[in-house]
Amino acid sequence: MRTAGLVAGGVALALLAQGAAAEVTKVQEKGLKPYEIVDGHTIPKPLTDKPGDPKRGAKLVVTRKKGNCLACHKIQQLNDFPFHGNIGPELTDVASNLTEGEMRLRLVNPKVVNPDTIMPAFYRTEGLHRVMKKFQGKPVLTDQEIEDIIAFLKTLKASQ
Amino acid sequence: MFRKRYRMGGIALSALGTLVMAGVFTLGAGGASACEECKGKYEVDGKKSGYLYSTPATQAIQDDDFTNPGFLWVERGRQLWAKKEGEANKSCKDCHGEPEKLRGVFPTYPKFDPKTKKLINIEQRINRCRTEQMKAKAWKWESDELLSMTTLVGYVSRGMPVNVKVDGPAKPFFEKGKAFYFQRRGQLDMACKHCHIDFPGQYIRADLLSEGRAGGAFPLYRLKWQKLGSLHRRFRGCNKQVRAKPYKAGSDEYVNLELYVKWRSNGLPVEVPAVRR
Ligand code: HEC
Ligand code: HEC
Ligand code: HEC
Repeated sequence: MRTAGLVAGGVALALLAQGAAAEVTKVQEKGLKPYEIVDGHTIPKPLTDKPGDPKRGAKLVVTRKKGNCLACHKIQQLNDFPFHGNIGPELTDVASNLTEGEMRLRLVNPKVVNPDTIMPAFYRTEGLHRVMKKFQGKPVLTDQEIEDIIAFLKTLKASQ
Repeated sequence: MFRKRYRMGGIALSALGTLVMAGVFTLGAGGASACEECKGKYEVDGKKSGYLYSTPATQAIQDDDFTNPGFLWVERGRQLWAKKEGEANKSCKDCHGEPEKLRGVFPTYPKFDPKTKKLINIEQRINRCRTEQMKAKAWKWESDELLSMTTLVGYVSRGMPVNVKVDGPAKPFFEKGKAFYFQRRGQLDMACKHCHIDFPGQYIRADLLSEGRAGGAFPLYRLKWQKLGSLHRRFRGCNKQVRAKPYKAGSDEYVNLELYVKWRSNGLPVEVPAVRR
């Protein structure tokens, strides 16, 4: 009897997959907006209703106390700013490689994609160890700042 | 006179030039040379000292004992070495003779201390002689006195390989230090290993990442600090830059971490006082 039940369950799952129903994981951390990770690799829906501002996004990418993405990524469109690190891949053409939702997951919590990554999760307040008092309970970037950065990343295409 | 100039950390370099010209400055054996014994040893068994990740300009400052500002602390250490202090009215010299007699001691710390049943590092060992042998007050962490004496005790072992033991009673402390190195921390959620094992030789913004081994380099003169600093000060900096609460210098956590970091450096030469950006 039990075996049959198990098999039936398996079939149900397979059917679900065949019906292309996406696997959705809902996440809600303390003090942050809820969001949905789809199929473990994308957050298709924006975190805010207000569209991101690419100009502000560019500034956040450069600013050390904010995104500081240049610490690890080279972005040729920002060559006016000195010292681009080379820990992560170059982002000069990132808009050709990733969808908006994939970028969003990368920023919100890259550990979903690569648990061992050095890249910080920019939208987390839980599961962290010994956070300095003044940063406790706060994400590195706000929801709107994440959207601003994504708006900027979407402009990054290597010139043809 | 000497003390006054030395306190002006910011202009230590130019002050040093003046001291040399005035002939006030006396060096240990070897004259203007660098650490001859270190040469060719900055890479051992695939482990590289932070020296090899420094720019040629920074290496050059370290390489010449006359331009290396860390020698101000070696000198200050020598003055303190001969100074009688405490209720016992004794100096280090009264019991130990010349500082060179302690050659070989520095590379073996931290080690297990049967008395407290935990690790003891070199700063703590020096302070134990102050409190127990001299009946004097322990020097504060990061004080000029403790830095100077630690630098002197390191300097007399220059060129010798770091050689800490991590088996036997030291083992559980070593394991704690290792766990620390691999534990993510802070709002940026990074472990030591993410920078120093995964990406040495690559740039994080303007900084070229080293292997974060400490080697036999600390206390070292950091151009950014404009003074000499301890390894635990460096640990605090590396914790704070990922927005993690640092521990106190001299805490059990940092001494355990120190053992792990020095074990990763076993075989690299003592190069105190090193110079880094
Ligand atoms: C401490 C280093 C570090 C910082 C800071 C950092 N990243 Fe990353 N990032 C990486 C690494 C390393 C990867 C490579 C993939 C991995 O490790 O999972 C990566 C991957 C990415 C990717 C995926 C690229 C691709 O082609 O697959 C994007 C997009 C990205 N980062 C954007 C950003 C943005 C935007 C910021 C700033 C808000 C940022 N990163 C900050 C290290 C970093
Ligand atoms: C009254 C004598 C006395 C004085 C003064 C004294 N020490 Fe010691 N020191 C000892 C003795 C005895 C030992 C070894 C025995 C022990 O474990 O306590 C020792 C051990 C040490 C060690 C560890 C050696 C090793 O092999 O691990 C260091 C380092 C040291 N002393 C540094 C100093 C310094 C620096 C000063 C001055 C600030 C100083 N001592 C002053 C007696 C003294
Ligand atoms: C975000 C990256 C990062 C993390 C995480 C990090 N460090 Fe560092 N560390 C640096 C940078 C940058 C330097 C200066 C350049 C260099 O030597 O790597 C440095 C330097 C050092 C040095 C000096 C090396 C030398 O020879 O001068 C030591 C030792 C060290 N770190 C240990 C640690 C320890 C222990 C941890 C974990 C508590 C840690 N670091 C975490 C970035 C990091």
